[in-house]
Amino acid sequence: MSILVNRDTRVICQGITGKAGAFHTKGCKEYGTKMVGGVTPGKSGELVEGLPVFDTVEEAVMQTGANATMIFVPPAFTADAILEAIDAGIEVICAITEGVPVLDMVHVYDRVKRSKSILIGPNCPGVITPGECKIGIMPGYIHNPGKVGIMSRSGTLTYEAVWQTSSLNLGQSSCIGLGGDPIVGTSYIDIFERFQNDDQTEVILMIGEIGGDAEEMAAEYVKNHVTKPVAAFIAGRTAPPGKRMGHAGAIITGGKGTAAEKVKALEAAGIVVAQSPADMGVAVVEALKRR
Amino acid sequence: MKIHEYQAKELFRKAQVPVLAGFVAKTPEEARAAFEKLGGSIAVVKAQVHAGGRGKGTVTEVPSQRGVQLVKSAEEAATVARNLLGNHLVTIQTAASGAKVNQVFVEQGCKIARELYLAVVVDRAAQMPLLMVSSEGGVEIEKVAHETPEKILREHFDPANGLQAFQVRKLCKKLGISGEAAKSAEFFMKKLCALFVELDCAMAEINPLVITEDNKMIALDAKITFDDNAMFRHSDLKELRDLNEEEPAEIRAANTGLSYVKLDGNIGCLVNGAGLAMATMDIIKHHGGAPANFLDVGGGANTQQVTEAFRIILSDPNVKAILVNIFGGIARCTTIAQAIIEASKEVGFTVPLVVRLEGTEVNEGKKMLRESGLAIISAEDLTDAAKKVVASIA
Repeated sequence: MSILVNRDTRVICQGITGKAGAFHTKGCKEYGTKMVGGVTPGKSGELVEGLPVFDTVEEAVMQTGANATMIFVPPAFTADAILEAIDAGIEVICAITEGVPVLDMVHVYDRVKRSKSILIGPNCPGVITPGECKIGIMPGYIHNPGKVGIMSRSGTLTYEAVWQTSSLNLGQSSCIGLGGDPIVGTSYIDIFERFQNDDQTEVILMIGEIGGDAEEMAAEYVKNHVTKPVAAFIAGRTAPPGKRMGHAGAIITGGKGTAAEKVKALEAAGIVVAQSPADMGVAVVEALKRR
Repeated sequence: MKIHEYQAKELFRKAQVPVLAGFVAKTPEEARAAFEKLGGSIAVVKAQVHAGGRGKGTVTEVPSQRGVQLVKSAEEAATVARNLLGNHLVTIQTAASGAKVNQVFVEQGCKIARELYLAVVVDRAAQMPLLMVSSEGGVEIEKVAHETPEKILREHFDPANGLQAFQVRKLCKKLGISGEAAKSAEFFMKKLCALFVELDCAMAEINPLVITEDNKMIALDAKITFDDNAMFRHSDLKELRDLNEEEPAEIRAANTGLSYVKLDGNIGCLVNGAGLAMATMDIIKHHGGAPANFLDVGGGANTQQVTEAFRIILSDPNVKAILVNIFGGIARCTTIAQAIIEASKEVGFTVPLVVRLEGTEVNEGKKMLRESGLAIISAEDLTDAAKKVVASIA
């Protein structure tokens, strides 16, 4: 088993005729993902990587039976592309696009939470179940099928964690890039719930970063609902406060959001926290021992 | 993107958010003329820099001068402007060297009955815009948030429908605002929340927000930050950007598609990916060093970008060593190694360079670096890299 995607997942690419869309469609197909088509308005009838291109997602779903999509359209059109995928009943939507306006996401989030779709991203590397299905831009070869469920708000830091767990022969059940934007479709908690219920996942690694209180909320959830061992790392311990966040942004959570506070909350929930990014794999091993 | 107070107030005026009359001045003479044009017996002269805490900030060249001052004559307005213009204002939010004041805002005075604090942000936890109001106006809001968080009132609103009248009533009830002032508050807050959505703001902060003796709610200050990602639909707002207020190296980086933030340490960092870049800073600190910057070259990282990245890092005189940390995912290690070799030849290093490569074609990439004849210190993993770069300047 795995979460979200597997060898039967049928994937389309929205923005398949663009440079990034075509390139990563090829990469996913080569990895073994069941790519079944693509969508670019006005380009129906064309072929990309031997796959049919459709004008609308609705048409693509009818013709190919697609149940997942990866979105590479430019930021100005990403909200529309996500809403179109929800409307067409796509189950797993991965929005890779970086630079989507935050208020567009307020609207999209409101729609997605009232639908049956799950949205991963935007501004994320995507989702992979090693050996079965890769949807997104991550380098496939660093992954091995295995027991660690990984979730993260950062792309290359996830690769680092995958690399470390692969080197320790643990392998991964599924890896989920949640996305680095202020508003993304899926929270740590949503994924914790899925990993907890997944037979293949024996241990969960969460990679967080400073700002907001998503990590604190996840810690609270783990304490009450997750029986599997959990390891974590928080990036940005040395980032200067207020550099990216406005002052008003920092006060929403009433002084929460610093790395120290997050680490404290995670440890209080029984989570093994890696002190250095080089020790994420080691922390997973440590968490497994505590079981 | 941040803008100046006077620019924000111009946008407020257009959106019917109540502000006082005022004029921007670039010379003491203009400040004098502005006072006369306002025609009142008092005015306030305010330094225009992209930093808060101006009222308590001091001018380096004229230590007795604060960043905001009440004046009672045109002559006094000119004097204060002279003290501020061309000089440097140091506040809790600026660097120790301060921010250069290139213009001042001369604003009408008013009779204040009450000072409040107001901000609108996008709350990432609730996935909605959030209006926050506090009875503790004019003071450091961070302190209020920390010590008495219950004094900050919150109302989320749906951007499509805007702030609702009942939400303002709730706020007014808790703040003890009634009658004419409550009516004025409803008008003010609804208009401001509409502006926040219309202009794709990331933050709008008004401190202080005042209620005048004649029961009008007015924005005495105005700080706006826009969502950079939404600027494509606001070409008119782009003109409000003031490059004088930004770090030159950060502008240069942005022009090359790099993300760079200058810090105070002496170990330059070149990394791909924001999370890994933050983690690299962390591990340097973990092993006793201090990062000189945050630099994300993005997923691609070609020769031209890496060369420019090295130049930007080396433009900081504090940099005593450089750590390159690349996880070759989409970009192969061989491509990165080639870029490092070419960039090194182009830039010419005077400080130790530690390189950690991992990922696609890592062995070939390391071999290229070894055989390049360059004085590169190769690192095995993250820990090794951090230890070696810290040791190189010990």
